[in-house]
Amino acid sequence: MSREDMHKLQGIRLKKTVAMVYNNCEPYRKRMQEKGVTPADIQSIADIAKLPFTSKKDLRDYYPYGLLSSPISDIVRIHASSGTTGKPIVAGYTRNDLDIWGEVGARCFTAYGLTKNDVIQVSYGYGLFTGGLGAHGAGETLGATVIPMSSGNTEKQIMLMHDLGAVALACTPSYALYLADAMADSKIPRNEFKLKVGAFGAEPWTEGMRKELEEKLGIKAYDIYGLTEIIGPGVGHECQFQNGTHLCEDHFYPEIVNPETGEPLPHGEVGELVFSTITKTGMPLLRFRTRDLTRLIYEPCECGRTSVRMDRILGRCDDMLIIRGVNVFPSQVETVICEIPELEPHYLLVVDRINNLDSFEVQVEVKEAFYSDEINKVMDLRKRITHRLQSVLGISPDVRLVEPRSIERSQGKAKRVIDKRKFK
Amino acid sequence: MLIKQLSIFLENKRGRFTEVTSILGEAGINMTAFTVSESSDFGIVRLIVSDPDKAKQVLQEHLYAVTVNEVICVQMPNKPGALSEVMKIITDSGIFVEYMYAFSSGSVASVIIRPDNLGKAVAELSKNKVELLASSELFSL
Repeated sequence: MSREDMHKLQGIRLKKTVAMVYNNCEPYRKRMQEKGVTPADIQSIADIAKLPFTSKKDLRDYYPYGLLSSPISDIVRIHASSGTTGKPIVAGYTRNDLDIWGEVGARCFTAYGLTKNDVIQVSYGYGLFTGGLGAHGAGETLGATVIPMSSGNTEKQIMLMHDLGAVALACTPSYALYLADAMADSKIPRNEFKLKVGAFGAEPWTEGMRKELEEKLGIKAYDIYGLTEIIGPGVGHECQFQNGTHLCEDHFYPEIVNPETGEPLPHGEVGELVFSTITKTGMPLLRFRTRDLTRLIYEPCECGRTSVRMDRILGRCDDMLIIRGVNVFPSQVETVICEIPELEPHYLLVVDRINNLDSFEVQVEVKEAFYSDEINKVMDLRKRITHRLQSVLGISPDVRLVEPRSIERSQGKAKRVIDKRKFK
Repeated sequence: MLIKQLSIFLENKRGRFTEVTSILGEAGINMTAFTVSESSDFGIVRLIVSDPDKAKQVLQEHLYAVTVNEVICVQMPNKPGALSEVMKIITDSGIFVEYMYAFSSGSVASVIIRPDNLGKAVAELSKNKVELLASSELFSL
């Protein structure tokens, strides 16, 4: 499709979406009124810059159903991602949205060379997380044979992958590496497996990791991109040239803006990625700020697809970390630590990747008065801190109690995070 | 009858206990007994020293996490069955031991005990004629 035709289509869809949210979603209507914008002002895709932004905070503030543009009777599915504090971010899907999700997901699998004749093993977790059911719907829409394996139970994973002749594996890249080692340990010769494609996503991974996955598994490893807020995996995908992520821009319109001012940036510049959903009806979002930094590539791809491509995610505008696929903000850790009377308000997060799995250590200082002569009491305190952090963050950290004043004090911006992982 | 014990929180890092002993040595503080309980990434060193208040002060000056608490020291003949008699009294009195450590030299043996209830432990052991050492006696051993 030519860029001109694409813009025309995007304009028509945006106009429809804006009218729908304005009429059905009070927070959006109010915000547009504050900006002095009405649906009549949106005539083409270029008018999108007139619209207000949506942030992750809005999703929390209007938790759980405040940003829906359809009545709950039309919502057929709920997904949720880990939010920044106790409450998750909730997304509601209509039947229409699930159809779109299946369609864009099937496009991803097609781009990886898969067809209805293939067996796809989905080893993303099934549940509130969009990974499992997202890849599942994509495979079924394609007409492929889907094994709804979910994560865990590694021996059975290997057995079924072998016995059922799975051609594609969909999971997180770190779990894929884990499975690669398990396959090697299984003593089943590689040529008895039919695996040739990996659809990996939900966490950042590097070219180095791709190389390792491709070598260890003897496959082509492709990135599948998605965000719960927008729809889940399927927002974008790589093609056989593995040269940028093709975005399904006929459903999710991408922009790059200056992260400080929100001003749209010229084509090709690095800035914050912003998505507007232009076909969803359950929880359509206008100009959702991902906080991810990247650039968009409009030149046509060697593969022949004309859809815009996204470069690798180059970083974050905020301090969010993604650890084992879970979003973690240092501020969440800080909140927990300040609530525990035995602890000093100093902490250090140390994130690393050991044997291809993220390690996550939280170093804390105990106030002197609370040190004990009894090791059990100190261990109990550590257990309490670990449980509290786990319930807020959604992942379990290794809590390390350190000696008083061994965490560096700083006059300016305190160094709270050491991330030793290499993504670039 | 009660003896002050220092507890120091130490990370499992090379040279930490070496530094503690050198700080105490330079301050002219003598150690009578100590024990270390360890976990994977930290340990707690418990010490009986000649001057616990001064020891606490110098260690705190070096930013160590130090707490002082009270324990009792039971003295008995250094011969088979002596500890058994003491333990039987403790058990029969319904006293729980959080931890204990011991040292012996020549004809006497001393056991440092941290009971769950200090007052009760002192009363029951005294009533049964068990010898409890005072700090001054402990340091003259």
